[in-house]
Amino acid sequence: MYTHTHTFKEMQTVTLIPGDGIGPEISSAVMKIFETAKAPIRWEERNVTAIKGPGGRWMIPPDAKESMDKSKIGLKGPLKTPIAAGHPSMNLLLRKTFDLYANVRPCISIEGYKTPYTDVNLVTIRENTEGEYSGIEHVIVDGVVQSIKLITEDASRRIAEYAFEYARNNQRNSVTAVHKANIMRMSDGLFLRKCREVAENYKDIKFTEMYLDTVCLNMVQDPTQFDVLVMPNLYGDILSDLCAGLIGGLGVTPSGNIGANGVAIFESVHGTAPDIAGLDLANPTALLLSAVMMLRHMGLHDYGNKIQTACFDTIRDKKVLTKDLGGNSKCSEFTADICRRIQDLD
Amino acid sequence: MTARSVRSLSGALKPLFSNRCPGITSCFLQVYGAASCNQRQKSTYTPPPARYGGRHTVTLIPGDGIGPELGNHVRELFRFCCVPVDFEVVNVDSSVASEDDINNAIMAIRRNGVALKGNIETNHNLPPSYKSRNNLLRTTLDLYANVMHCQSLPGVRTRHRNIDIMIIRENTEGEYSSLEHENVPGVVECLKIITKTKSLRIADYAFRTARAKGRRRVTAVHKANIMKLGDGLFLECCKEVASGYPEITFDSMIVDNTTMQLVSRPQQFDLMVMPNLYGNVVSNVCAGLVGGPGLVPGANYGEDYAVFETGTRNTGKSIANRNTANPTAMLLASCLLLDHLKLHAYASMIRRAILSTVSETRLHTADLGGQGSTSEVVQSIMNAVQSTGPQTLSI
Repeated sequence: MYTHTHTFKEMQTVTLIPGDGIGPEISSAVMKIFETAKAPIRWEERNVTAIKGPGGRWMIPPDAKESMDKSKIGLKGPLKTPIAAGHPSMNLLLRKTFDLYANVRPCISIEGYKTPYTDVNLVTIRENTEGEYSGIEHVIVDGVVQSIKLITEDASRRIAEYAFEYARNNQRNSVTAVHKANIMRMSDGLFLRKCREVAENYKDIKFTEMYLDTVCLNMVQDPTQFDVLVMPNLYGDILSDLCAGLIGGLGVTPSGNIGANGVAIFESVHGTAPDIAGLDLANPTALLLSAVMMLRHMGLHDYGNKIQTACFDTIRDKKVLTKDLGGNSKCSEFTADICRRIQDLD
Repeated sequence: MTARSVRSLSGALKPLFSNRCPGITSCFLQVYGAASCNQRQKSTYTPPPARYGGRHTVTLIPGDGIGPELGNHVRELFRFCCVPVDFEVVNVDSSVASEDDINNAIMAIRRNGVALKGNIETNHNLPPSYKSRNNLLRTTLDLYANVMHCQSLPGVRTRHRNIDIMIIRENTEGEYSSLEHENVPGVVECLKIITKTKSLRIADYAFRTARAKGRRRVTAVHKANIMKLGDGLFLECCKEVASGYPEITFDSMIVDNTTMQLVSRPQQFDLMVMPNLYGNVVSNVCAGLVGGPGLVPGANYGEDYAVFETGTRNTGKSIANRNTANPTAMLLASCLLLDHLKLHAYASMIRRAILSTVSETRLHTADLGGQGSTSEVVQSIMNAVQSTGPQTLSI
């Protein structure tokens, strides 16, 4: 876990990947808000479309990779997943290129955007490189398919260490490992063992273990009992989306991917919404909250808090909301309202 | 023994026995007749014949945690209502390494055909040679369909109303195949097996159930965008079966989207069919949505056997023997058992009594936010049964 500390006014470069569909408009909304907040961020826009490199392997454009390697921090909008384009999804390529091993989603109830669940305040940390999504499948004989779930000691230790570091750095009290070791004894058992080992070094954080089904059962009845959850890939995928549903969906959920060598890419996890692209109707909240997460990761907590407060105040006020939040304002109006609040806060 | 040879054998034996023991012959024919029926008619299950005097014998596996006390309440209630069911209790000790206990239980279920069971604890810190007893039972008896019906109950306050979802989960393969190996120290592979035969079988079961229960929409839950071959095969099989049921709408949904939809708008789902692990997640989410693990019964059906238990399969170790467990799930499971044995009158009578008790807030147990005790709930159910009229034992 690498946090960046800077002198107060030093400009930090961040690679910005606007993405497709509504990506460009929400990215410009975020840039505008950051400008108003006078955050010391310099944006370097890059495009990621898969290109075939030497040797026939698909890769991201070299200028994008170069920018990321230098800046170490990225903010990404939604990327469209082409079907039958011959190359793997862009998200997968990015993950492999920068070894983004941890997917972090803080799910906090947004006051003003009402869902049946209030007071949700938890973080899901999902191992993002192996597990059930290793992509290793074979047809053994006609009609019998085997998918391999891969669990390794190194990946499990790495994600557990990240989870405890995150908990410590963000003043969280407990970490819960989610597993199904009663059925998948060896694989989830290994994952659990690594979590227990790492927990020994973090005695200030409470460590518990819970079965996946128990977590699901309790999550929909009382989500306040959970704090930080760490788990392998598939369970993480399901649970992080479940928690996103609790607070209002992917349109308001931030997400961050932490990689080796200090790289971190923050992104909005919703789709590209091609039907409303270019019509100034999109909701930039998810990307904005991801950008706030990015500021916190970089140690710029003051700016992060200021922008988050302004955003939540706008939503709570309910006067200027985009369509998906229940209003009928434009994206630019929503953005302008947030900017106004930031200026008032100064 | 093939069906035909059995029947010819029983035909040959009939003149031998009929003069001396007519009762035994008819029993003999009934037993093998039922078995041969099974082999021909795949769609209807013939329950085991009643033994002496029209009474059924059902295996009862108490299990761990709250299982034993709930099993006792079921027996108490059945005795009170004069239900013609006798329980053969088979204890399974989860702390021993030997599999004799679970094998005895399996043999008892083969003998009786039907069982009611509590959850058997699995200590996940034991080495992989110690398999989950519950899983062993399900796979050995080939109980391929796990059916859970989650519906909002009146009197139980939940965040979402009007939920009525039927979940059909493949119960024997998928991620629960327990096939794991450590190739190199620190690298473990766990195999998830999806086969065409089992996928077709569960899809067929789902659509037949949908048709029988008048359900309009079947949703297949999968992750075929990532597990293209495995879940892709499952989805293909569902689509294939769906083409034979034109009156039922078939669609599919990716599992993470499904959970998101379930917590925001669960009313959109009707009947859902899915492989093993997603079934575990979705059934627990749905059980939580309608009020928790104490309310939803579950059933495991196979070609020849049926085992009933609580829907979410919890041992409830922390609340064992405190008289605070919610007996509703286990009692509703016993009603499903009675329906399976074609004792519908008893089933409806007891179910009505249970539902009327659940709607009384002052009797709610701790899991529903109340302070009632298990025995109070069971007593109230018995009172409700008595007031509806039929003959019962005096209290």
